[in-house]
Amino acid sequence: MALKNYILVCGGTACESSKANDIYEALISESKAQGVSDDVQIVKTGCFGFCEQGPIVKILPEDSFYVQVQPEDAKELIAEHVIKGREVKRLLYAKEGSRKHAKVEDIEFYQKQFRIVLRNCGFIDPENIDEYIAREGYVALEKVLFEMSSDDVINELKIANLRGRGGAGFPTWMKWNFTRQAKDGQKYIVVNADEGDPGAYMDRSTLEGDPHSILEAMAIAGKTVGADKGYIYIRAEYPLAIRRLEIAMAQAKEYGLLGNDILGSGFNFDIEIRLGAGAFVCGEETALLASIQGGRGMPVPRPPFPAVKGLWGKPTVINNVETWANIPVIILKGGSWFSQIGTADSHGTKVFALTGKIRNSGLVEVPMGTTLREIIYDIGGGIANNKEFKAVQTGGPSGGVITKEFLDTPIDFGSLTKLGSMMGSGGMIVMDEDDCIVDVAKFYLNFTVDESCGKCAPCRIGGRSLANLLEKVTKGTGTLADLDQMVEIGEAMKKASLCALGQTAPNPILSSLHYFKDEYLAHVIDKKCPSGKCKSLISYYIIEDKCIGCTACARKCPTAAISGERREVHVINQAACIKCGVCFETCKFGAIEIR
Amino acid sequence: MAKMTLEELRKLRDSKKSDLRKRDIAGKDFQIIIGMGTCGIAAGAKGVFDAFMEELDARKLDNVAVTQTGCMGLCYVEPTVEIIAPDMPPVIYGKVDATVARLIVEDHIMKKKMVSDHVFDRPSADIIKDGGK
Repeated sequence: MALKNYILVCGGTACESSKANDIYEALISESKAQGVSDDVQIVKTGCFGFCEQGPIVKILPEDSFYVQVQPEDAKELIAEHVIKGREVKRLLYAKEGSRKHAKVEDIEFYQKQFRIVLRNCGFIDPENIDEYIAREGYVALEKVLFEMSSDDVINELKIANLRGRGGAGFPTWMKWNFTRQAKDGQKYIVVNADEGDPGAYMDRSTLEGDPHSILEAMAIAGKTVGADKGYIYIRAEYPLAIRRLEIAMAQAKEYGLLGNDILGSGFNFDIEIRLGAGAFVCGEETALLASIQGGRGMPVPRPPFPAVKGLWGKPTVINNVETWANIPVIILKGGSWFSQIGTADSHGTKVFALTGKIRNSGLVEVPMGTTLREIIYDIGGGIANNKEFKAVQTGGPSGGVITKEFLDTPIDFGSLTKLGSMMGSGGMIVMDEDDCIVDVAKFYLNFTVDESCGKCAPCRIGGRSLANLLEKVTKGTGTLADLDQMVEIGEAMKKASLCALGQTAPNPILSSLHYFKDEYLAHVIDKKCPSGKCKSLISYYIIEDKCIGCTACARKCPTAAISGERREVHVINQAACIKCGVCFETCKFGAIEIR
Repeated sequence: MAKMTLEELRKLRDSKKSDLRKRDIAGKDFQIIIGMGTCGIAAGAKGVFDAFMEELDARKLDNVAVTQTGCMGLCYVEPTVEIIAPDMPPVIYGKVDATVARLIVEDHIMKKKMVSDHVFDRPSADIIKDGGK
């Protein structure tokens, strides 16, 4: 027989430090003292992600959520909740919380996340179509096939005001409407699953966890705009996502949810997968379409937009995976339901891949308008290893850094652009005090330089020139004039590049130069890297007083740059030192310092 | 199954829905649902899957279904496993390895006691649970 109650005590590091252990012990001894130790189990859990209200105690099966619990409260919790079955009201979290931006009734009050795109991820077996169907799967397609006109569908999307989640934020209903109005016999539906930002895996997880939601959305779009053929463009480096899509497609076909005469409606729709080789530029829609056609992945100027002239010159709706995953829910629950979530400028939610120097890294989906502080501190549990927050990069290599003073900015398409970054596809990389901002900018820039297709001069030549200048800065040979020139080149690239890759490539530099000018100046004027990351600007020295002459460092040094007799102070030959840091890690006496 | 008509699809949905509500997969009382996205697999979910199968086999427990699901978003505690047992609230376990998996079978499934230090919370409410309306 199951127990009457399970009492979960938060054992996250933050709660742990705020007396969670004492509460745990107190609950155990109280349950014994009051004679119910056989009816309850006290369980230590992982972080609930609500640390500022800690220590947190949750009692199941009622799901009562107690905050700021003290060891003295254990007696009352056992006597009232467990024995009499009455919640201890004074300890319950006050429900009138800070959810101003999301007045949706069924949000659980203490959870900052709200999952539309990831609704089925972690709930269903992605390789079993029946489980998707059981969770209202293909109901939206039924509605579109039998109850709604194309006008109705476009209208719901318009009320929802869903904007493209690939980064640019273009209204989805407008794209669909352009294609719908195009007078062409053949039209196409395309899913952009070419997720290429370093540190981003939102689309991969969606496809792996809920492939049918994308297939359903594609068929809905096909019916709405008059297309009978769809393509999913996905990188070959996502083998599991590809396999699950193939399984899902075969199952949908078997059930008659894809193919000819779907559910007896007379509507035909087929999907094919196209594998990309992993070029970042193929995430740009015109380059992606070129790649599907078997051409080299290079963008072409827009207009004409793909919605009018896309795949093989035919009108094509192309949206990002995350955008597609929203579609069935909008049809199911209505555009006005969707439009209540988020901010005036941006409705719905956004999925972020929260990585870097963060305690609880993970995939998070939050209503638009959630602040960076809520994401990083409440959901992410703050900075790992108790270090200081320095900045967060949103938008991957196309975005910029956001600093401490802007942590309380509600996130939406407009607000991030105003800060010199962008929403991007949803990569969110947190940096701490040990990260060198110039080094990070260099990493992103080198990525976009490598990935530039080389077609247009501003991106090809501008990117290379920027990289050369940045290299000088990290080598300690940069000048103030170089910094000015970087801004000049960056601004020119933004204006003159053919596609978003070149237009956004300077963003990491421009935004870090704006917010962290001091750090650039330290590299250029003082020839120092404050975080000790730029190897050319640091030197390793042996502190005479601390060196006992154990020879450990000299034996490990790969270039034999360290000399000295046994039991005598050693010396590093700076000319031979390659700054690998092995001596620093080897020395047990803290006798090596970085200057 | 062959191609369906609209009526057949609706019928299938209703029958599967009640299955899912009972969480009764093929007549089994318990469910072990393992997070098998790329993230979970990279963190060792396949080994966890094997450990569950071995332990269930060794204890001759044949009323437990072991299934897979996608990523729950709790990357920092992968591999994750959800346990659904009669009369118990569904529980999500994180940082599960082969040892923890065996402990889950012994404590959670056999004794209906949760395994301390590995219980985590689903990161958000389910928007589909009330029929998605």
